Amino acid sequence: MQKVMLLGDEAIAQGAIDAGISGIYAYPGTPSTEITEYVEHSREAKEKNIRAFWAANEKTAVEGAIGMAYAGKRTMACMKHVGLNVAADAFINSAITGTNGGMIVVSADDPSMHSSQNEQDSRFYGKFSLLPILEPTNQQEAYDMVHYGFELSERYHLPVLMRITTRLAHSRSGVVRSASREQNPVKLPEDLRQYVLLPALARKRYKSLLAAQYDLIEEGEKSPYNNYIDGADKKLGIITFGIAFNYLMENYPDRVVPYPVLKVSQYPAPRRMIEKLCKECDEIIVFEEGAPMIEELLRGYLNNSLKIKGRLDGTLPRDGELNPNLVGAALGLTIAETVEMPAIVVGRPPSLCSGCSHIDTYIALNEAMLPYGKGRVFADIGCYTLGALAPYDAINSCVDMGASITMAKGAADAGLRPSVGVIGDSTFTHSGMTGLLDAINDNTTMTVVILDNSITAMTGGQKSAATGKVKEICLGLGIDPEHCHIIKPLRKNHEENVAIFKKEIEYEGVSVIIPTRECIVSLDKRMREKHKEKKGAE
Amino acid sequence: MKKDIILGGVWGQGILSIAAVIGYASINMGWYIKQAEVHGMSQRGGDVQSNLRISDQEIYSDLIPQGKADLIIAVEPMESLRYLPLLAPDGWLITNSEPFVNIPNYPDLEKIHAEIRSFPRHVLVEADKMAKEINASKSANMIILGASSPFIGIEFDKLENAIRAIFGKKGDTVIQNNLNALNLGREFALKNM
Repeated sequence: MQKVMLLGDEAIAQGAIDAGISGIYAYPGTPSTEITEYVEHSREAKEKNIRAFWAANEKTAVEGAIGMAYAGKRTMACMKHVGLNVAADAFINSAITGTNGGMIVVSADDPSMHSSQNEQDSRFYGKFSLLPILEPTNQQEAYDMVHYGFELSERYHLPVLMRITTRLAHSRSGVVRSASREQNPVKLPEDLRQYVLLPALARKRYKSLLAAQYDLIEEGEKSPYNNYIDGADKKLGIITFGIAFNYLMENYPDRVVPYPVLKVSQYPAPRRMIEKLCKECDEIIVFEEGAPMIEELLRGYLNNSLKIKGRLDGTLPRDGELNPNLVGAALGLTIAETVEMPAIVVGRPPSLCSGCSHIDTYIALNEAMLPYGKGRVFADIGCYTLGALAPYDAINSCVDMGASITMAKGAADAGLRPSVGVIGDSTFTHSGMTGLLDAINDNTTMTVVILDNSITAMTGGQKSAATGKVKEICLGLGIDPEHCHIIKPLRKNHEENVAIFKKEIEYEGVSVIIPTRECIVSLDKRMREKHKEKKGAE
Repeated sequence: MKKDIILGGVWGQGILSIAAVIGYASINMGWYIKQAEVHGMSQRGGDVQSNLRISDQEIYSDLIPQGKADLIIAVEPMESLRYLPLLAPDGWLITNSEPFVNIPNYPDLEKIHAEIRSFPRHVLVEADKMAKEINASKSANMIILGASSPFIGIEFDKLENAIRAIFGKKGDTVIQNNLNALNLGREFALKNM
């Protein structure tokens, strides 16, 4: 069969289409965005009537998936690692309810924080929830494991967590597709109380989840994705998880590793295989892309007699993603000598696009804030976080989705005046609305700036749940209409905008300013498409 | 046969089109390919790179090890130098000579060019100027690809066919402009390597 070139993300999406999903729910976040984007733009998915939905946040996305699986259908929810924190309540409880139709939650981790605030390892959520985890090694496995994962999910009536990392998500390779499967019919759960987590019922369900663990370990033991590859030299035994296997193989050009290798891509990790490796070999080295989760487990709290090398003893760095060189050096192999980067090369940091509406907003806000000094603007996660860099130097925080508003409230409660929150439209409907409600209910003296560019811009322009309704939402939450303004961030409106900022910053109570102008990249794209359509019509 | 290529440039300069052409030709020959890209916040206005690996054997790592790249293909001169630590001792550096200045502290261009010229195996090509001369100003990246073509290990006509396939929907003028650019770049490299 012909290979198709797919990103790891796209391989998962195509796998989901072919495995018969009826819907995919997500909130965009690098490096997970392209999964749902691919389904959204797939002609095949359209013909099959597969729902691809950008939810308001990751929690509503996972809940949507739980509901679709309740109705007997196969479904997927996708997010970046920190998104799983937002969805954690729904996700952990979905292990207790179990599932009816197949359900896979994909969490894309970002070790080395290429585009993230931390590098947490989603596998801990798998362990925490007691759900099986699949961690594909390459694009083909990513595709195949979606089919496999749905079968596993439906066999155990449990959701499955699929964990990928940046390098797989955003790397392309040839993928061979397998036969596509029909969608499930709508079918209610056999037990109509399965999803009712009243304490008495939840206790029973939790016991059955615990009981399933033995079988899930056995699944790991016989999984086609967990392989014991023998090697003659037993001085060292190697365990790789996920894409770490690729970096190991890269170091042996003839593809023969002299030591026994255990390649793991399915969790719970195969206990017997690990035991065998530890018995046979003098030393064990663990390669995990992310936190030393299994390494720590093997090492034991009191450091038992096994000799374990990895991220905890300094053989590998404790943080950051792996690469072929780090793995090679850990194995004591010679790393190619290279030249240094010439000193003349300077950094080219990311920056706001020329013509971006945030630029005009920050220039106006900076001028209005000038009399009060720096350190009073709490911001959030989006393109506008770049306002922290020169030449704007306009914001003082970026913590988690929605924290701009709630941190501004906390700081205002502490007595900071003025206290300003800056948040994007999509981030506002993701997790900002409840914080604004808190501030309004408490009549906190603070100003919230909601940057409305009508799109989720940073991740490449997905539909924003907030489009066209930011002001109405604020009014609905109870903001005083006298202190809720839409302004147009343009250079020609600068004086007028500064005056509005100044006035509202001085107001004793909650004020909201909504600078509204379309993202320049999305405007440009829209105009080009319009031009193309016009040309086509002629 | 195996070629490991680092593509470098600035966001929006079209390095992924170069990757797409090489990728299409490789897949059509039944080769293996891996192409790691940069997405997300780090790209907006910043430096971008792609690790492109093609081989007739299975490829494992999505990333090229340090000191193992056969080629650096860059559409911006300073960006070409950023990836030198990845280049193999016998590797080639092919780059556009014309800068993309979007930072206040962009170094002196003469010094950048001197640094590139001091590297023994390089092709420094005035891609934007050459593209304009053949009325194909949007095809500067294909001039660079043409200039890289003697080193990629793929027969030239296969690259031409890939351009026909990839730009097929955009019409004959676009295809021809890109083919002309590809040929011009190749001629330049063959004369100047």
